[in-house]
Order: sequence, then C-alpha cells, then structure tokens
Amino acid sequence: MNGGARRLRSLGRALPLSPAVVLLLLFLAGPIGYCAFIAFTDLQLTGQAHASFVGLANFRRAFGDEEFLNAVWLTLVFTVVSSLLGQNTLGLALAALMRRASKPVRTLTGGVVITAWVLPEVVAGFLLYAFFRREGTLNALLDQLHLPSQNWLFTLPILAVSFANVWRGTAFSMLVYSAALNEIPGEIEEAAEVDGARGRRLWWHITLPMIRRSIGTNLMLNTLQTLSVFGLIWVMTRGGPGGRSQTLPLFMYEQAFQNSMIGYGTAVALLLLVVGSLFSLVYLRLLRTEV
Amino acid sequence: MAGTVSSRRRGRRLAADTGLLAVAAAFALPLAWVLLSSVDPHADLRVKAPDGLTLGNFDAILTPEITFTPLLNSLILCGGATLLTVVCAVLAAYPLSRFRSRLNRPFLLTILFATSLPITAIMVPVYALFVRVDLIDTVHGTILFFAASQLPFAIWLMKNFMDGVPKELEEAAWTDGASTLQSLARIVLPLMGPGVSVVTVFSFVMMWGNFFVPFMLLLTPDQMPASVSINEFFGNRGMVAYGQLAAFSVVYSTPVILLYLLISRRLGGGFALGGAVKG
Repeated sequence: MNGGARRLRSLGRALPLSPAVVLLLLFLAGPIGYCAFIAFTDLQLTGQAHASFVGLANFRRAFGDEEFLNAVWLTLVFTVVSSLLGQNTLGLALAALMRRASKPVRTLTGGVVITAWVLPEVVAGFLLYAFFRREGTLNALLDQLHLPSQNWLFTLPILAVSFANVWRGTAFSMLVYSAALNEIPGEIEEAAEVDGARGRRLWWHITLPMIRRSIGTNLMLNTLQTLSVFGLIWVMTRGGPGGRSQTLPLFMYEQAFQNSMIGYGTAVALLLLVVGSLFSLVYLRLLRTEV
Repeated sequence: MAGTVSSRRRGRRLAADTGLLAVAAAFALPLAWVLLSSVDPHADLRVKAPDGLTLGNFDAILTPEITFTPLLNSLILCGGATLLTVVCAVLAAYPLSRFRSRLNRPFLLTILFATSLPITAIMVPVYALFVRVDLIDTVHGTILFFAASQLPFAIWLMKNFMDGVPKELEEAAWTDGASTLQSLARIVLPLMGPGVSVVTVFSFVMMWGNFFVPFMLLLTPDQMPASVSINEFFGNRGMVAYGQLAAFSVVYSTPVILLYLLISRRLGGGFALGGAVKG
C-alpha cells in the first residue's frame, strides 16, 4: 500500500473521533484559551465597549489584594482539612475496618457513606447547613451532652464547610482504598503475621507500602475535586461571614459578578487552573506506566 | 491455640463493627434529618421524631411551578447532555481501543489530564465566551458545555470497557465484509452493554447534581433545573419552610440514588470507577 492510501485509511479510522474532538476543542480547550486571554485584559461586565490589554496587572493586583490572599489561605485550609486529613484518612480507615467487620455492618456503613456521596451537591449543602446551624442537630447533640454549643457557621465557617466536604467526599476514597486493599494477596499478610508482624507494624511495613500508588492517585484526585468545590460552600455560607469561608472559586465568582470584573476574576481562575494542572500532571506521572 | 486465634479474630471484628457503626451514625444524622423532616408537619433544623406524620410537605411542593418544571428541565438538560456524551464517547473510544496509532497515547494522556482539571475554574471565561457567541441562557448551549465537560472521563472509561471486548469477534465480521461502524454497532456495543450503561448512568448522575454550570449559563427562571431552583426555598421566599425543602430534596435526590443502585448492582457490588481511577 502506498503512503497516500495509508494516510487515507488512518484518516478514515480516526473519523469517529471527530465529534468528540470538535466538542472538546470548542467547549473545553476554547474556554481555557479564552481564559488565558482575558486574564490579561480589564474586561468588565457592563459599561465598556472594548476591553484593553493590561498585561500582568490583574495578577499583580491579586498578590497585593488581602482578600485574594485570604482566599488562597482558606483554600489551603479547606484542602488540607477536608481532603488530605479528612476524606483520605477516614476513607482509608473505613476501608481497612470493613475488611474485618461483619457483613451487615459493612453493607450498612458503605450504604450510608455512599448515599452522602451520590446526593446532589446542593442537597448535601442543605443537609450540612441544617446540621451546623445554631438551631441545628450538632448543637442539639452537644446540649444533650452538656457541652458548649455555638453558631458553627459563624464561629468556624471554614471548618464547617470542610467537614461538610468530608461528609460528602469520603465515599470516593473509601471505594478506591477498598479496591486497593482487596488486591493485596491474602498470603502476604498471613505470612507476615506468622512471622510475628502484627497490628501497627504489619500496617506500616506491609499494607501501606503495597497500596502507596493508590494513596498517591487518591490524594491527587481528592485535592483536584476539593479545589473545584463551589456549590457546597455557596449553599452553606456563600463564602461568608465576612469572607471567612471564601475559597478561590467563590472569590473568583464574587470578583467577576458581584464586582463585575471579569478580567480580574478570570485571572484568579487561571491561577486555579494552573495549580490544578500541576496536580493533574503529578497524577499523570503516578499513572504513567499504565497508559 | 486455635481458640485464642479465633477469639482474637472475634475481638477484632467487634472492634471494627463498633468503629464502623459510630462513623455510620455520624454520617446518617444529616440524612435522617431530611427523611424525618419531609414527613414532619412542624419540621425545623434539628433531627427529631416527627410531631405526627404528614404528606402535606410533599403535597405542597408537587406543583408544576416548584417541582415538575425544574425536574423536567433537569431531565432535558442532563438527558440531552448524557446522550451526546455517550454517543461521542462510544465513537471516540472505538479507534482508540481498536487501532494502533502514534496519536493514541498523546490523545489518551491529554484526555486523562483534562479529566482532572478543575472545571469550576473555567466557568467565568465560559460565561464571557457564551455571552459573546450568544449561547448564554440557551438550553442547547448548556447541553453542549455539559457534554464537553463530561467527555474526557466518559471517553477514558469507555475505552477501558471496550478494551475488555475481545477483538477476534470483530475481525471475523470484517472478513465477512462488515464495515467498522457495522461491527461497532452489531458486535462491540452489545458485548459492552454494562460498560455503556455505567458511563451513561454516571454521566447523568454527575450532571443531575451539578449546580455551578446551569447556575452560570442559564438566566431565565423557567429554564432552571432542580439543582438551581432549589435555591428558591432559601433566598427569595422569605420564611424557609424546612419541611417542604426536605420533601423537595427527597424528590430531587431519589432518581440519582436509584440509578446508582442500578449500576452498582449491575457490577456485582464492585466499583468499576475505582478501577478506572487506578488507570
């Protein structure tokens, strides 16, 4: 077969890819490119005929803006508390406990945790709002135990939304770790146990090293999901009070729409996208042997 | 010896059961609130036994304006986008799974990369772009964006499922003169039915619960899906009727929970997405 015919054949074979590629280019790559463009302009929502190019002004402004730095800090707290410490650790603990637990308890716990995960984001937001409100369930419980109650969404809003994210997102880690633990051949742990390794040592020296790849990929995915949480926080606190639960996505939204500065909001979005891309690249590295 | 081993094992099981039940109870509290409040005539924000049982909350919300129109909008939006996603993903997965090409690996890596990008970040530029090209506040525009945002993961998942269908069957069909599309439709798709349904249900569930995309791209109240219209209970209606809010949450959440049950059963309780995550 000559070169032309071969090229024609491979073109024909690639044809089914075209609808997907067109959609992805127009509606995903397009906006990302547009994002990279308007982040360098002073585009506003209203009262402006042409946006002009302002170079790095939006970024310079961001790093001098206390509210932005506050949002960066809160995003960090939100990510560390809810994804790294919360979802990841609790998910691993649940998966580990499930291997020893009796079947009905396993099914029940799995069912409840997964239901929290499957619920629509806004519904999850309302449920946790009700839970943390002054008149809500948490305080009613604390009263019963004669512990001091408080208005959680006012005093510790970032922790309240972080716990909400743990409630909503732990199922994913639990499923990933259950799958990973199930893949460890039973003989290895049994052999280690016969050799006298037990409890914590067995866990540190045998089990954890064997699932470290899953730990890596799970941490990456949790972090990426947590970076883009909007609806949950929006429903619970709108980023308030006084910006004390305003993570980067909410800050971006506020700048672009409440303050009508699309250019500035997009610059923040671009920073978020860059951070996300870095995590995403690390994630690809972790998976690289498998594609 | 055997006695101590089995008693240790029993002790461990008891400890594990206790730990899990404690976590389950903590996770169940917010869920209990929504279920109990939905049938409570005097619901407030606390979990409590209802003061009598009523279906009044459901009666109050099951009107075209509050429930049926938003749910229908959700169905059109998510159904349309899911259909588009699945069709494009099946078509795209086929050459990726079946033919060797130098471009496969870079394409798949790009897809995997896009899978984990924070889509939230691009909603502001998408809004600006949609205003420019006059797609803002249109259902079809929102469907197209929804489909594109779900596509990377759908293609990735679909390709993995398709890899599980043996190639020999198609090769036999090709020898008999079937075209690529014919063998895809007649041989590959029927064999990967469970895979297609997992991608379909998963895409649908993700979009059904998504708040930010329609919140940004749709403006007209009549077009809002349930994920956005639920906000009405809060902001604009003054007094919050918690019982009605709970009832609406139940009605809105039930379809996705049932759909999830459907696919998790189909996979024998196992979790295919976990496999997809590992690569």
